[in-house]
This record gives sequence, C-alpha cells and structure tokens, in this order.
Amino acid sequence: MSDALRIEVTSPTPLLELRGISKEFPGVKALDDVSFAVYPGEVHMLLGENGAGKSSLMKVLCGAYRADAGEFYYKGETVAIESAADAQKLGIAVIFQEFSLVPHLDIAQNIFLGREPKGRIPGTIDRRKILADAKRVLDTIGFDIDPSTTVDKLGVAQQQMVEIAKAISQNARILVMDEPTAALSDRETELLFALIGRLKADGVSIVYISHRMAEVFALGDRITVLRDGRRIDGVKPADVTPEQLVRMMVGRNVDMTYPRNFADKPGEVLLEVKGLSASTGISDINIEVRRGEIVGLCGLVGSGRSEVARAIFGADPVTSGEIIFDGKVISGEPDLAARRGIALIPESRKSEGLALLRSVSDNLVVSALKKLFPSGLFDQRSAQRTADGLIRQLRIATPSARQTVGLLSGGNQQKVVIGKWLAAGSKLFIFDEPTRGIDIGAKSEIFALIDRLVAEGAAALMISSEQVEICHVCDRAYVMREGRIAGHLTRNELTEENIVRLGMHHA
Amino acid sequence: MTDITKGAIAPPRSFLSQDAIQLFYRLLAALLICAVLAVLSDSFLSLGNILNVLRQASLTFFIASGLTLVVLTAGLDLSVGANVALSACLAGTVIHTTGSPVLGILTGLASGGIVGLVNGIMVTALRIPSFIATYGMLWVLNGLTYWYMAGETLHGFPAGFRQIGSGYLFGLPIPVYLLLVFLGIGTFFAQRTVWGQEIYAIGANPVAARLSGIPVARRLLLVYAVSGTMAGLASIIFLSRLNSAEADIGESLTLPAIAAVLIGGTSLFGGVGTVFGTFIGALILTLVLNGMNLLAVSANWQPLVTGVIVILAVWLDMKTRRRAQ
Repeated sequence: MSDALRIEVTSPTPLLELRGISKEFPGVKALDDVSFAVYPGEVHMLLGENGAGKSSLMKVLCGAYRADAGEFYYKGETVAIESAADAQKLGIAVIFQEFSLVPHLDIAQNIFLGREPKGRIPGTIDRRKILADAKRVLDTIGFDIDPSTTVDKLGVAQQQMVEIAKAISQNARILVMDEPTAALSDRETELLFALIGRLKADGVSIVYISHRMAEVFALGDRITVLRDGRRIDGVKPADVTPEQLVRMMVGRNVDMTYPRNFADKPGEVLLEVKGLSASTGISDINIEVRRGEIVGLCGLVGSGRSEVARAIFGADPVTSGEIIFDGKVISGEPDLAARRGIALIPESRKSEGLALLRSVSDNLVVSALKKLFPSGLFDQRSAQRTADGLIRQLRIATPSARQTVGLLSGGNQQKVVIGKWLAAGSKLFIFDEPTRGIDIGAKSEIFALIDRLVAEGAAALMISSEQVEICHVCDRAYVMREGRIAGHLTRNELTEENIVRLGMHHA
Repeated sequence: MTDITKGAIAPPRSFLSQDAIQLFYRLLAALLICAVLAVLSDSFLSLGNILNVLRQASLTFFIASGLTLVVLTAGLDLSVGANVALSACLAGTVIHTTGSPVLGILTGLASGGIVGLVNGIMVTALRIPSFIATYGMLWVLNGLTYWYMAGETLHGFPAGFRQIGSGYLFGLPIPVYLLLVFLGIGTFFAQRTVWGQEIYAIGANPVAARLSGIPVARRLLLVYAVSGTMAGLASIIFLSRLNSAEADIGESLTLPAIAAVLIGGTSLFGGVGTVFGTFIGALILTLVLNGMNLLAVSANWQPLVTGVIVILAVWLDMKTRRRAQ
C-alpha cells in the first residue's frame, strides 16, 4: 500500500461540513441526521452497502437533491446548497459512474461545454483559444492527449480523465467520485491513484465512494460508514481492520472468504470451444468446462471476455470455430442456446438482464415460459407459484412476486437474473461480472448459490475483474489478452500475480 | 450463510395491478361521457344511436387491436390505413371478377397479412426502425393502390357479402359480434399465451428479452403480420359496409387507430397496455365524436378534440405511473 499518498490532515476547519442532513422519500428515509466533514486535501472514503445512502448524500452534495433538514458550512460559514449552481459555486464537482460527456464533440468542447470562449463572429467559438485552454487543463492533470480528439474515440479511463479535467477547469475544490475504478483496468487504476495524489497535493479534497476494501486502505485519509441512511462511524484507516469496516457496513459479521466446496474430481465435459473467432474481435478461443466446475475467465477490461461469453451464447455471430455443448455442435441465436441449457448472466443487469418495469414474477419466468407452459397457454397463477418458489429458494428480498423488479437492490436484482435461468433448468451458467455493484453480504450469497449449482451437476464460466474472487472461487481459469486466450491457470497456479502477469500487455 | 433482509424498498402496493386500475379509470371515463351525453342529448340513449356507436367503434377497434400488439413491442405501424385501402380494392376486384365473396375475403386477409409480413421483415431482418419502415410502406401502398385503381371506384357487391358490415343478428349489428370475438381473441392472446407474454417482455426491454432466450425476430414478424391481417379484416368490413372501394378510403383510418391505442393506455415505449384498453379507447373516441354530432358541434372541431383527449390520457397515465414507481 502506498503510504506516500497519505498526508497528515492538519487543517482544523473543514472545507465543507454537513450537519444533521435528512432526506426522505415516500416510504424511505434515504438520509437520517447524517453529519459529514471534508478537510482540504484529503481523500474521504464513503462506505456503505447499496441503499445505505451514499448516492443520496452525493446528490445532496451536488445540489441534485434538496435536503429536508440540516446545515451546510463552507470554511466554517453557513451556506446553502439548493441547486446544482450553488454546488458549483462552492467548487463541488461530481464524477458519476455514467459519464455526462457528449460523445460526438471533442475533448476541448466537452471540457468547456456551455462556457466556450466566444469567437469574433457572434455565435462562433474561438477554436484556437478553446484548444489552448483545454491543453492547459489537461496538462495540469498530466493527461497527454490531443484536445481535438472526439470523445467517442476514448476509452472509459480516458473519458474519466476528461470528466476530471472538466471539473478542474471549473475550479473544483471538492471532487466527488462514485466508484471511479469500477470499469478501469489495474494499470488505469494506478494512473488514477497517481492523479488523485497530485490533486491532493494541490489541496483538492476528494470524496470517494468505493466497494473495494483494498482501495479504501490504499487511498483513504478518513472513512465514513453509512448504513440504512445513518452515519455509523467516522474512522481513520490506521485504526480499523477490513473486517471491522465490513461489520459496520452490514451491522453483523460477514465471512469475507467466499464459500466453496471444491469437488475432488470434475464431471464430464459440458462445454468445449474449439478455435472460436467472432467479428467482435476474439480469435482462436479454446475453452473447456466440465460439470461441477467453476472456470474463471479473466483478463483486462476490453480483452474480449464478454465477447467470448456472448459468442458462446449466440448473441454475436461466430466467424469460425466450433462450440460443442453436451456432446453436440451448436450454433444459432440466443433462444437456441437457452433452450439447450446455456444461461448468460450479463454484465449490465439493468440494461441487458432485466425488464426493470415488469414484476419480479414476470422476470423470473421469462426464460422458462416454454418449459413451464408447454401447451403455449400462459397461467399467471402458476407463474406466480414458480416465482414464489424461487424467491424463497434464493431468498430474494421483495415484498411480493408482483413487486416491480427495478425497485429491488442490486444484489436482489442479480438473484432474479440468476433465478430466471434456474427456472429454465440451465446446465451451463455464464456469469459476466456477477458481483459488480453488489454489496458484500449479497456477494457471498451469490457465490454460495453458484457453488450449490455446480455441486448439483451444473457448470459455470465466470468472468470477473475481481481477481480475489476468481482466486477464491474458481477451480481453474483462463486468462485473456487482446482477444485471445493468453494462458490457463490450474487451481494451484491461480494467484492474483499470475492472472496479472498473463493478462498484461507486453508492448 | 448470511442473512439478507434489507434491500427491497417496499412502497405499499394495492392488490389490484396497475393495468387493472388504469382500465377501471378508463371505463369510468367512458361511462361519464355517456352520462353527460345522455343528459345533454335526447337521442343519445336511443337504441339506434348506441348500436351506431358500437358499430363505429368496432371499425376503429379492428385496426387498433392489431396495432396494439405492435405498440406493445415498442414499435409502430403507420401503414395500417393504406393497407386497408389496398386490401379492400384487391378484395373488391376478386369479388367482382369471380363472384365469390369467400375468395374476396381470403384475398383481403392475405393481402393485409402479406403487407404486415413485409413490414416485419423490414423491421427484423433489415433492422429499419418500425416508424420509418411502415411510413415508407404507407407511401408504397398508396402508390400501388392509386396506380391499380386508376381513379376508378368499385361498387355493388352481392347482398350476402354486404351483410357482414351492415347486417343484424338478434338485433345487434354483425360487426359488433366480430368486435366481441376479436376482443376475446386479442385479450386471450396477449394475457393467456406464452407468445403474448413474450411480446410484453420484448417491449419492456428488447435486449434483455433476446438474452433471456426469447426469439425476438420471430415474435416481431408475428406481431406485424397480425397487425396487417387485422387491417385486412377491417378492409373486408369497410368494403361490405360502404358497398364500394376507392383508393383513398384508408387515409382517415391510421391516426384514429393510433389515438384509440394511446387513449386505451398502451405506452408507445412498449411493454405496457392491453387489448381491452384499446377497445375502451376506441369507444371513448367514438362516443366523443358521436356526442359532438348529436350536439351539432361543427365537424371541424373533431380533430382538435381528439388531439386533446390523446394528450390528456397519456399525461394522466404517466402521472399515475410515476406515482406508482
């Protein structure tokens, strides 16, 4: 861990202080008497499970929500944050997980959107000045790129840098970052951490929301833990252990090692992929998955892991190679793959896994309609019974099967996505980042579920950027690099170091 | 194992589904309009007028019921009116040349269905947005019909055939029986079949539907083909009722059908709505127009009133839905 980043906080008055903030929505107390202080030049970690109130607090900070009660102090003086403009005036900027950049404009235009330097002819932009200004801002954060590049050509990490540059150009003194490393590779994460170090040195404060324990201890100067809308504690990293933090977040003891009962001998081969290539950029993929196994598929973001999953499932067209499932060569659209017993639990469960406005019941039976109703006649009551069974079996926290699925927490939504394939009786489960955005308690439940599935004779192929999870849970793993399989690691070889070594670019 | 009890934010949810509540409000609105008209006009409650309203509503409903399925998948079929015109002209020609109403009816249904199928192929295989594909189809069909008819009018059909649109059975117009039959079939198909459920799932999130193993392209083909076939059916009833066919009979049909779907509570964003709602939508639309006629309000006001009702209905839906979320 980098101690060099950690400086002692000496300034006695906080830059920004919130006292007794409450915010209520119909039926939910999102924030309940929360106090929170940010000191100049510190990285303040904000921890909590999904639904703990982190996002609400963040939205209050940036003026998107108006607090029902509470006070704000800026350098000791009372201020009001009632709108986005108020927040911006105080130098508060938020980098959301979903970026707010305009893809077809270039970097410079995005940084100065709405504040473009005017050209001589009214209604035009002074191109030379905007590019020079952008270059200057990009230099201050150490991002070496041509400011006339359009944003849609940039990767996630580079877009994030543009967001940061935009905030800096608005003289942001408090930068709120919502899980900034969620979509970054290890290398990109290192670059981000270095930048955060430089920003700190300039006196910029950072409020950092994270689900990753390692980051909390590597970066944080101070930690605030939220649970059920209340502030549980404020601590310094040196004074706590990860286990203590987890207990504060969930309010009980959670086993941080994931449960897995490794089988002595894996079963027969269920999936065999031979020389698979697809137009999405993967080539010559060879993979084998046996019954009773959880096989990892690792590599950097963008190395082609999801593309392999989609090609096996029939979601993207295959250009060459063979997929042999349960002894038969298969091809075709996802409906055929699903009928044969392959399940895909996609990475973005909101946009690809669920119909958010439909009920839990509707979502749970959607893949099993043919199996549950072979006559083609649908019966709502029977569907509801199946859904109720799955809700009990998976312990999905929902008031009823008729609840709108979009109102459930991330972990429970993920259980619904898995549940629909249980209903369908799938044999091979392909998980793409199954724990992304899910809190720690739900994570270990999901791993326990996967373990039970494979113990009962199913097989799992699991994509994850969380190498710790791969190492804990998988029987073995393939590592991808630039669209190809770069190596295979057996249970004994499966370490974070080996995954990183195989996945790194050797340029 | 750990225990997860938190997570679900649980707004109180009534035992009635959102769909049922919305249908209830619509029925209430239809009854309210009836009550107002009964007070304002002596002739509204006469049997003849009520049957007339039902017959009118049934014509809109046939087109709108198929359209409802398309809209449930977040699509739109703008070619239905033009489809009715072409199908009516083809069916009319076949009856004239062969003298067989049965062949004519089959021609009308087939022509409507084929046009729908072509729409479906454009939307699925060619991936053209349905709005644009069917808008183009509207022009193509109009062009074909005008070329084929060359300004002529077909009229004078066998008496038996004319019974379909103008005849009575046990005191009720035959189109009203057809309306009840297709209302039943449509509702059964949407609510009680696997295909119906899949159509709702596609409309709610097409990407998730595909990745959940639903054959999205095949279901869309079906939906557009059904919409076209229902336009074909409507063409037969028009032909029989008007006892004539011209190239321009479809021009005033598409927009009222869309209005009935929207007033009936089906969302243009897909996944929400019912065939029964569309029936009530068609009924409300017809009642209002009928009432304006009875009260001697100039027909020039009708488009304006229709527009206001559509906007009002959709706005109220969005408001109640937002509150439910």
